[in-house]
Amino acid sequence: MTQLPQDAAGVTPTERPPALAAAMAGGVETDEGGTSLWTAALKRLVRNPSAIVGAVIVAAFLIVALLAPVLAPYRPSTTEWANQVTPSRLPAFSPQHPLGLDPFGSDLLTQLIYGARQSLIIGVVSTVLGLLGGALLGILAGAFGGWVDTLVMRLVDILLSIPSLLLAVSVAAIVGRRPESLMIAIAAAQVPVFARLLRGSMLKQRGQDYVLAATSLGLRRRSVVMGHVFPNSLGPVIVQATLILATAIIEVAALSYLGMGSPDPTVAEWGRMLVKAQERLESYPHLTILPGLCIAVTALGFTLLGEALREALDPKTRK
Amino acid sequence: MLRFVVRRLLLLVPVLVGLSVLLFAWLRALPGDPARALLGDKATPEAIARLNAQYGFDQPLIVQFFTYVGQLAQGNFGASARTGEPVLQTFLDRFPATVELALVALLFAIVVGVPLGYFAAKRAGGVLDLFAVGSSLLGVVIPVFVLAYLLKIVFAIGLPGLEFLAILPSSGRQDVRMFATHITDFYILDGLMTREFDAAWDAFKHLILPGLALGSIPLASITRMTRASVLEVLNEDYIRTANAKGLSQTLITWRHVMKNAMLPVITTIGLLTGQLLSGAVLTESVFAFNGIGSYLFEAISTLDYAVLQGFILFIAIVFALVNLIVDLLYGVFDPRMRVQ
Amino acid sequence: MTTTYPGVDEASPGSRTPLLSVRDLRVTFGRRGQTGFRAVDGVSFDISPGEVIGLVGESGSGKSVTSMAIMGLLPTRGVRVEGEALYDGRNLLDLSQRELCRVRGSQLAMVFQDPMSSLNPVVTVGTQVTEVLHAHQKLSRADAKAEAIDLLRRCGIPDPGRRFGEYPHQLSGGMRQRALIATALACKPKLLICDEPTTALDVTIQAQVLELLAELVSSLGTAMVMITHDLGVVAGLCDRVNVMYAGRIVEQAPRRELFAHPRHRYTEGLLNSIPRLDGDRDEPLHPIPGTPRDTIGWEKACAFAPRCRHATDECLRPDLELRQLAPHHDVRCVHPAGAASSGATGGASAAGRSPEPPKERS
Repeated sequence: MTQLPQDAAGVTPTERPPALAAAMAGGVETDEGGTSLWTAALKRLVRNPSAIVGAVIVAAFLIVALLAPVLAPYRPSTTEWANQVTPSRLPAFSPQHPLGLDPFGSDLLTQLIYGARQSLIIGVVSTVLGLLGGALLGILAGAFGGWVDTLVMRLVDILLSIPSLLLAVSVAAIVGRRPESLMIAIAAAQVPVFARLLRGSMLKQRGQDYVLAATSLGLRRRSVVMGHVFPNSLGPVIVQATLILATAIIEVAALSYLGMGSPDPTVAEWGRMLVKAQERLESYPHLTILPGLCIAVTALGFTLLGEALREALDPKTRK
Repeated sequence: MLRFVVRRLLLLVPVLVGLSVLLFAWLRALPGDPARALLGDKATPEAIARLNAQYGFDQPLIVQFFTYVGQLAQGNFGASARTGEPVLQTFLDRFPATVELALVALLFAIVVGVPLGYFAAKRAGGVLDLFAVGSSLLGVVIPVFVLAYLLKIVFAIGLPGLEFLAILPSSGRQDVRMFATHITDFYILDGLMTREFDAAWDAFKHLILPGLALGSIPLASITRMTRASVLEVLNEDYIRTANAKGLSQTLITWRHVMKNAMLPVITTIGLLTGQLLSGAVLTESVFAFNGIGSYLFEAISTLDYAVLQGFILFIAIVFALVNLIVDLLYGVFDPRMRVQ
Repeated sequence: MTTTYPGVDEASPGSRTPLLSVRDLRVTFGRRGQTGFRAVDGVSFDISPGEVIGLVGESGSGKSVTSMAIMGLLPTRGVRVEGEALYDGRNLLDLSQRELCRVRGSQLAMVFQDPMSSLNPVVTVGTQVTEVLHAHQKLSRADAKAEAIDLLRRCGIPDPGRRFGEYPHQLSGGMRQRALIATALACKPKLLICDEPTTALDVTIQAQVLELLAELVSSLGTAMVMITHDLGVVAGLCDRVNVMYAGRIVEQAPRRELFAHPRHRYTEGLLNSIPRLDGDRDEPLHPIPGTPRDTIGWEKACAFAPRCRHATDECLRPDLELRQLAPHHDVRCVHPAGAASSGATGGASAAGRSPEPPKERS
């Protein structure tokens, strides 16, 4: 580029006739105030109605889960009203128990509220574990490259070719029937998903022109990775984590159905409550419907939020 | 073409080797000693000693591994601790039932999901779009066994006052009173081949409810994938070109939109195999449908590790083969991917 | 917006019944209830049979949207199209989808910018040519194939028989654009709209494709609208030129007149920003300052004023009219170049740098 003469470099507002400058101040669109990836994504998110619905559900779920001891009328898993329950009959709803009792003689409302807490713990712990495992494999593959990469990704491919439910079951079998085995099992099933996602995302970013540009500007490798590659790879991971929280809540139900859940039958966990109540579906449908509704609505909230996040972060949908 | 298939099949070998390493490690990691794990708690000491000798579980680890792989290579996948049936034979006996169910589920998902996704994309933001996105989300957030149970209660057992809806069988693959002849173990196909059309119809009726329940999983994925894919294709320059040429909307839809939009959907269908088999475990058990899913369900509930190990291996092979077929199909539909 | 001037019409190039007459075309993007963004704001022009006109402007000036609106290719939702595009006694903007399909491809055809994405990747090149023929003419399969191969040959595609059965990815960019031209001209349309047909091509191919277009259009007697940001393309091809800025035509003139006496400050700037081979090497380039986004709405002032070196407070006139400054030469400017306009602060210093020295007016 040849050097530009002063007058061609741009007409600055001071040179403009005063009225013109004033008119422009109101009506001119300028490039100023460049928005970052994240603020732009947030703006798109707020405009998306399904994101709002998802966020409201997730917020309500978090409040219930975190404030369970305050909100619940009783302590969980107390079987203190077991004497009022017979195998064929549950007492009707009452002011003391607005949703009645469960078949083990605990207050159903309390169990449902604490179920949110349990779901949150299982969901968050298994997602974090899965993410850590996946990140370990993904970074191992990405960092070393070559045959390590091939080996790790082959392993991931193999794990992905096993249905996630069977993978979870296999891991649960090793861990044994312990309270935390559900989380480990669900996490294990997510490890290959996260590993592939992270590696793919980082490889994709590495090949992008802006990374090349940053490298050619003489930025150090580490600062390119930490300052550019990592933040840009983060989007898909956050999306996936949100969606997996939904999956985890449903998988808990499936694993409970397979008899893999906690050994304690009275534990306040939606999947377990649902499975235990199914034999009474015809006589006491609310025992199935209420925990089922809790699972579906919570999963819906996380799915809506995750999908909206994906849309907001996807450059293709940006306008 | 043939070379491509052969190469892909050869690529299966490292997968199988890796899988057998994993399975061996898994067997060793199970609580208790592996012979007891494979034979179950009720195993006699003699049986355990026999298995130890056969697999060499008293040998050093590396010898054990090769003995194990050798046994697998000979087709010896052990026997169920619960029933004593050989694992491979059980799998082969029950596999057609699951294939039949999975195909019905997939067919339902494609027949409903593709048009639904297409029209949702065509009128993105409209009522139909909202309905399509909403119902596909329901397929994701309702656990498949709950859906299966609800369908069974309403359409097979009958709710009080709504008994007239209960017109479908609640369990099994076929009414035993049919005394149908079975050749391939695909019951509908058998019925058609032997001209026992009532048997084929009965088998189909038994497939409707489990097919709907299982189909909810791929339905959600296919609807969403079709919608996203059609939306993307509608924005492509070549659709504008086709419109500028004055072609009829029908021609544009089929030749220009769908031919391109179906490509990612085909890939999705291949990747759905795993989810379908996971779902089959739950669905088949609800409807007492004698496929590999209900057998796996029993194996999981009773910690029948021999069955689990064998079935995982077979399922991984099925997954690989299905995806090979999908890749070949992809070549048929996308000239850019065609193997030269 | 176009004003007729008594006594001039007889001599004007558009004096015969125009083939297509665009009147006060307005295109607004935006959802219902919102103010929206007006991409095309009262554009009017005529094109006579066999004539080649240019539609020139920067990206975002509304030139592509104009062509899409005429062809009825804009999405139906979120876009409002007003005005008229009279063709053969009918307003194209009022046609039903069905009627549009009959006109498009047979009477009006279009060639797009990017040949890479404008051909369907999973359909053979041959089918993409024959499908237009089948859509508008009763032809047997064999006849359509023969016709398509002949078309491909005439568009300069070597070995058209083999190319007929190939897929777009097997063709180079230039070949694909030739194939697209073949599809566009398959039914010998009366009007061809070319939307930056050479922008995506290699420079060496660009000239070949332009030459091909000029040749085909003149042999078929097809009128052509050439949409471009490249004045070089206009210079070699067009009879008349419309310069667009921020959704409005700011200058309309015959080609020679425009290059010799650019009157609008924007046109002048465009011409001055072209580096000249025979110019002084040390002379700096003269780009137009700012970007097309630095704009004011036409309803308040001249949209070009923020980037104009000659802007004064007088430019703050709402809805400036196109003024006729010379026969067939209309300009939308308060301080046009080449005239001792009142109150011009910057003077006409740039006028002397037009690429061609002033000549006799055509």
